[in-house]
Amino acid sequence: MTTTTAAAPAEVVRVRVPERSVRSELRAIWIVWKRELIRFRADRMRMITSLVQPLLFLFVLGAGLDQLSSASTHGIDLKTFIYPGVLCIAVMFTAMFSAASIVWDREFGFLREMLVAPVRRSSIVIGKVLGGATVASFQGVILIVLAGAVDVPYDPALILGIFALQLLLAFSITAFGVMVAARIKQMQSFMGLMQLVVMPMFFISGALFPVTNLPGWLAVLTRLDPLTYAVDPMRRLVFSHLDGVSAAARETLAPGVTWWGWHVPALLEVAMVFLLGMALLGIAIWEFSTSE
Amino acid sequence: MDEPDGISSAAILVSGLTKTFDEIEAVRGVDFEVHTGEVFGFLGPNGAGKSTTINMLCTLLKPSAGSATVAGHDVVRERDAVRRNIGLVFQDPTLDGYLTAEQNLKMHAELYGVESALVAPRMRQVLEMVGLWERRSATVMTFSGGMRRRLEIARGLMHSPRVLFLDEPTIGLDPQTRRSIWRYIGELKEREEITIFMTTHYMDEAEFCDRIAIMDQGQIVAMDTPEALKAGVGADRIRVETADDATAMAVLARRFEIDASVADGVVTFYVTSGEAFVPRLFAELGVPIKSVNVSRPTLDDVFMTFTGSTIRDAEESGPANQSRAMMRAMAAGRR
Repeated sequence: MTTTTAAAPAEVVRVRVPERSVRSELRAIWIVWKRELIRFRADRMRMITSLVQPLLFLFVLGAGLDQLSSASTHGIDLKTFIYPGVLCIAVMFTAMFSAASIVWDREFGFLREMLVAPVRRSSIVIGKVLGGATVASFQGVILIVLAGAVDVPYDPALILGIFALQLLLAFSITAFGVMVAARIKQMQSFMGLMQLVVMPMFFISGALFPVTNLPGWLAVLTRLDPLTYAVDPMRRLVFSHLDGVSAAARETLAPGVTWWGWHVPALLEVAMVFLLGMALLGIAIWEFSTSE
Repeated sequence: MDEPDGISSAAILVSGLTKTFDEIEAVRGVDFEVHTGEVFGFLGPNGAGKSTTINMLCTLLKPSAGSATVAGHDVVRERDAVRRNIGLVFQDPTLDGYLTAEQNLKMHAELYGVESALVAPRMRQVLEMVGLWERRSATVMTFSGGMRRRLEIARGLMHSPRVLFLDEPTIGLDPQTRRSIWRYIGELKEREEITIFMTTHYMDEAEFCDRIAIMDQGQIVAMDTPEALKAGVGADRIRVETADDATAMAVLARRFEIDASVADGVVTFYVTSGEAFVPRLFAELGVPIKSVNVSRPTLDDVFMTFTGSTIRDAEESGPANQSRAMMRAMAAGRR
């Protein structure tokens, strides 16, 4: 091997592709992850546009409906109440869009470049999911910064907790998106599916309303919606750090999810989101490993 | 194949390779061998099975039957080993337009596990070769079609593959860019120990290859050096414009026993030594001659001889090819 630093034009730099190893897989995961970040950084427009929707929900809908609901929220601002839900929505949408990039990659051919590389397909998928989750949690961070505007205190423990929860949600949703994207060849179809799946998931999850005292059919749906189990611990976490919340307010606004009267512990909810994410990642890997 | 890397003299060894897509036999049992260091061209109309063959050799498609080894490794059983040793330049673009040229190459180097210390010098080398070193920090989105193709070639070379596959490397490019791509391929052959396997449906490009195989309807119909194939046709083509084509054809048939064809007011036929035949033609045809054109056999003629149609006709007749061309046009429009 030569020791010269600059490439002398006359001699050919010959490189060697090593056998597959843990190290080469980690490098593949790392570079696929990094690409997501590079692309996100290059796409400032996306950063801004994807913030519009959560901000509308939080400030416009929150402030507007606050007029109507102040009687029943026991003095808690509606914006504070929906803040955890809106945070989840923001992360969810960004995560889905990140996953959608795999459909672009397929349409524009780049996916092929990744799939023919001498690395496991699982490394590509894991890198993609981690990258999408990272990008989505950036979005969450912007909303965490806004916490003060809706009377949520900047308590380090709370901020860390919110950050960890939204990272977990971002991971699971990206895994879901990548799993879906594995079988979809066109962006239009993916967008259609988003409307079909993501919007109901968001509306049903209890991001904008408490999940108690709902009509029977809706109560069942909320408990089937995975997003419910991300919104609920987030809201309970936020409420546990608010000052001067009456017991009645907590009972009404952050009652927690119940299964046939049993209160589901927050930790179990978090574990469910995590396990679901892992399962979806597993399916996504399986799909990419068996295709093409 | 229990020979270690590099000892087997054949870069590619194919036997009885077959691919069937629900009922349709895209590749019907082809056999060939590509020697190390060769530029081997796969020639044929769109839909002849070239891309299907290349995809099987690149481990992207599983053969329905038959076997193939690339760089000494079996394409089915040693997929990873094959992938480590080949570079690919696809017909359709596979670059990330949002990344810079450099980032695209870096990403490739990481995916292939290229030793970190060698990434920068190697990248400089391949980018300089295709004349894109100055543009390394520009995003690929700003590149022209020709520049993108050059970058794809550079990327395919990033990990010093033993065999480089180029699927229609010059399709859709202007003549000047096509020429420069051929210059890179020539340089590459000089400098790197590399075998190049490429497909094309431009007859003039096949001349750059050391050997070519002509493929038609899933089969190899001829395989040799371009010179030998042309010599095999053994005849020069003469094209004559006359005042009376019908009489001219009749005279050719009667006096010279030549079976000529006429199209667009030009009578075409083949004779062994064209220049020597022209004086006889003037002396004995008996019909006023407006112009005469004598040409050495080209690969077009070779293709004609082996398949009975020109490459253009062969493309136009296949319905599958039309839909493919249409899809490509649509994909191009979307970009």
